Amino acid sequence: MPVYYYIFLAVALFSIGVIGVLIRRNAIIIFMCVELMLNAANLLLVAFSKMHHQAAINTNSTAASDAQVFVFFIMVVAAAEVSVGLAIIVMMYRNTHSVDVNFLNRLKN
Amino acid sequence: MSVIEIMFWFLSVMALGAAVMVVASKSPVYSILFLILTFFAISGHYILLNAQFLAIVNIIVYAGAIMVLFLFVVMLMNLNAESEPHQKNKWVLYIGGISGGSLLLVIVAALKKTVATTQLVQMNNGEVGLIKNLGIKLFTDYVFPFEISSVLFLSAMIGAVVISKKEG
Repeated sequence: MPVYYYIFLAVALFSIGVIGVLIRRNAIIIFMCVELMLNAANLLLVAFSKMHHQAAINTNSTAASDAQVFVFFIMVVAAAEVSVGLAIIVMMYRNTHSVDVNFLNRLKN
Repeated sequence: MSVIEIMFWFLSVMALGAAVMVVASKSPVYSILFLILTFFAISGHYILLNAQFLAIVNIIVYAGAIMVLFLFVVMLMNLNAESEPHQKNKWVLYIGGISGGSLLLVIVAALKKTVATTQLVQMNNGEVGLIKNLGIKLFTDYVFPFEISSVLFLSAMIGAVVISKKEG
């Protein structure tokens, strides 16, 4: 499979995430779109890891497995981020009784 | 068309369709269920690329833990299609769609003629993604970041508890 299929798939997923962040007002869905963008980046890292796999074996480099360890650490950071982010959204819901992000613009006054 | 290509197209269409439905569906619960479907499709892609460790971790951590957390919060708040905040300003919808679409267009146009497009991805073989290799890698070269991530988790846990306490 040529690598540009994976590039285009990941870019399309990332763009859908960007559109979701821009047009939705529900804080939880915005947060889910951020997760979608993280996953698009992960998919691209794994695809590039498999692209460089043969070259890495020939030159005795560890680039291919480094990429997959990076994906693992991205997942670790995403899990920690989700727990704190959802706590913030629960806190916001408790104060405003809404998950609408436009309510938060009163922070500027 | 080989089995791998059929699987690739099937999983790609599934991932993109479910991702569009995440953004488009009215009810947050449906959004979460479609996001789980997207994560399963991405895990299928990992299996196709023979990255078995990441496929399993993706299912356990994302589809298992994170999405259940999302679902739990949505059900705690009793959100549904009626309580969904509507985007009153139609221009925001158009501007968001156009700018996201232009991002896609620009990146695709920029990458169309690069050298990388001629490279092939090794499908269905190669043992770089197996649990044994990544485990050795993780506990030799990356043991220090691995331990640091446990501190990160501890601080995230304490932070989540402190933030969601009644009188913080």
